[in-house]
Amino acid sequence: MAQKKRKKDLSFWERIYIVEIIKGMILTLKNMLRPKFTMEYPEVKFEPPASYRGRPVLVLEENGVERCVACGLCSRVCPALAIEVQASETNLEKERYPEKFEINMLRCIFCGFCEEVCPEEAIVMSKDYELVFTNRNDAIFGKDKLLIPVEQLRDRIEFLRKFK
Amino acid sequence: MPQITIDGKQIEFKPGQTIIQAARHAGIEIPHFCWHPELSVSGNCRVCLVEVEKMPKLVISCATFASEGMVVHTKSEKALEARNAVMEFILINHPLDCPICDEAGECKLQEYAYAHGKGESRFEEIKNRKEKRVQLGPYVKFDAERCISCSRCIRFSDEIAKANQLTFVKRGDRVTITTFPGESFDNPYSLNVVDICPVGALTNQDFRFKSRVWEMSHTESICIGCSRGCNIDTWVRNNQILRLTPRFNPEVNSYWMCDNGRLNTFKHVNSDTRIDGVYIRHNGALTKSDWDTAYKNVSTELRKYRSDEILFIGSPYATLEDNYVLKKLAAQFNSIPYFLTHIKPGDQDDILIREDKTPNSTGAELLGLKKLKDYEELLTLFKNGKVKAAYIVEDNPAALDEELKEQLSNLKLLVVHATNRNETSELAHYLFPAATYAEKHGSFVNFMGRLQRIKPAVETVELDRALDGMSMSRWDKFGTKFDRWKQGYKYDALPSWKILSRLINALNEKVRYNMAEEVFNEISNNVEAFKGIDYDSIGEMGVQIKYELV
Repeated sequence: MAQKKRKKDLSFWERIYIVEIIKGMILTLKNMLRPKFTMEYPEVKFEPPASYRGRPVLVLEENGVERCVACGLCSRVCPALAIEVQASETNLEKERYPEKFEINMLRCIFCGFCEEVCPEEAIVMSKDYELVFTNRNDAIFGKDKLLIPVEQLRDRIEFLRKFK
Repeated sequence: MPQITIDGKQIEFKPGQTIIQAARHAGIEIPHFCWHPELSVSGNCRVCLVEVEKMPKLVISCATFASEGMVVHTKSEKALEARNAVMEFILINHPLDCPICDEAGECKLQEYAYAHGKGESRFEEIKNRKEKRVQLGPYVKFDAERCISCSRCIRFSDEIAKANQLTFVKRGDRVTITTFPGESFDNPYSLNVVDICPVGALTNQDFRFKSRVWEMSHTESICIGCSRGCNIDTWVRNNQILRLTPRFNPEVNSYWMCDNGRLNTFKHVNSDTRIDGVYIRHNGALTKSDWDTAYKNVSTELRKYRSDEILFIGSPYATLEDNYVLKKLAAQFNSIPYFLTHIKPGDQDDILIREDKTPNSTGAELLGLKKLKDYEELLTLFKNGKVKAAYIVEDNPAALDEELKEQLSNLKLLVVHATNRNETSELAHYLFPAATYAEKHGSFVNFMGRLQRIKPAVETVELDRALDGMSMSRWDKFGTKFDRWKQGYKYDALPSWKILSRLINALNEKVRYNMAEEVFNEISNNVEAFKGIDYDSIGEMGVQIKYELV
């Protein structure tokens, strides 16, 4: 860090102040003419890159069945104990499905371990960062909020196949 | 005793022991799938291969007798290489089912694959496909793909259950297990094959997909299905019992338990019919009340009757502690409690099942309660005497006979302790909620005089999992009241001995028990058969007591 200038160290031009003001104004004016890069959220929304870890969601296959087989590994690996899974039996080829899948978004720390451990590529981190709730119960997301069609998650799935 | 050297360690063995038995005895675990200590040797999984000096080839340790001076290497390069090769062979056709397989977490194949496997497969061809949902019997479902053909289940049903119902069919990689034509795998011990199956090929229809094994806590306890008192583990998640599994005890049940005990002795704990809080009859209907009013009212009402007008009925379903404190209450009225036996004549075998369907009839008798052979003896007591009041603890005599039910409904005062709503509880004037066997400490004496302990696995309002030292899963440890997986219902129930001792206090007699252990210590001081025994010496395996019954 540069040494802090003391009052007695200032030169004459610095001490009369006006010159420094003008220097500052020039910098401001220069930046006023530059292109803008701030976003006017929420009118304009940020589209995160594929590596972004938003809220975890479940992948819904094109045939309307979830990929998840309720193995419970995400639930076990979750360091914040945010995930609860209750399995049940179906007649489909994959015999097991989650009867209940709940993520407590107050507990979730967006670490992405659930995504990393999932053997079925069924839970992925989405780009959704808008999480608003006004009470503890709304913060628990069930299957209705978690299941997202696979087309909307292509970006992340491709990223995972490349880098995981 | 002759000696054998295993991995450089001198070990004594009994003549006739195999290498795997000698090693196990000395605490050296040799991997095995098909070998089981209680079953005959089959020797088909080949995973227990060990190197023995001066033998030309590796030998399977489960089928090779130990002999004097033998030098065995279980972890030599040659042995490990062979073991890895065997694992690779077994895994060729084993599906990658772990995420949907119930056995995951307690699977021997998974463990050994982790410890001895290569971590990757060289097998690029397509795995064998077989039937995945075969209903072998009423409770057991079979997944042929997962089966590693160890034949444990076949040997179990033949040798232990004495019902030869299973067999291998086909050969090579098409080999599979099936029941004989026209037979169903329906012997009373069928679910034990689920426990001994080293993989998840045989699954319990009742527990299938209910929970992962690592999410549950398990507590050592005793089965209450009959007077055998099989040692069990109670598996609990979110304060609900999800399954029972047998716990090894060579003196009582070995590794086994019957299907009836496994499936039907825990469902009442979380059933809709549980009694939650105290009920008092007002204008003909049972209405919820509070404990203090109930104690006060019952103690004043009981005082109105002379000793020959009041009948105390204990229970062979209740623990020693419960029956002992009931005896103390009855002593206030110069009376001795009776208890009913519940015997299903003929429903008994040489394996485990006993015809006495209660866990503690021997114990109740040892405490000096008067035994009634059947309901008719109880009926005569009601008919002959001038009984006006009855105090019934954890039994349901009204279900046994219509006339008895009639007699009970005519009583002026009927106090009942019950866990669930039943015919007797519906007639009660005062109904106390009793804790079930899964919610209290206590002890039972089985038919051969083995004293064993039960421990609480399910919380009630008065029990706290952390503070009362109950076993806890990871979920129990870190949950808060805001987590939906930590909101399992807690019933407002007390163990009968606690209700009774508070009632005795309400009668102005001082008894102070804070724990079941204190009641037991008093029993051991006062009853000859239990002299010198305490909860610690009973331990997990129980103790044999000496006694004589008339």
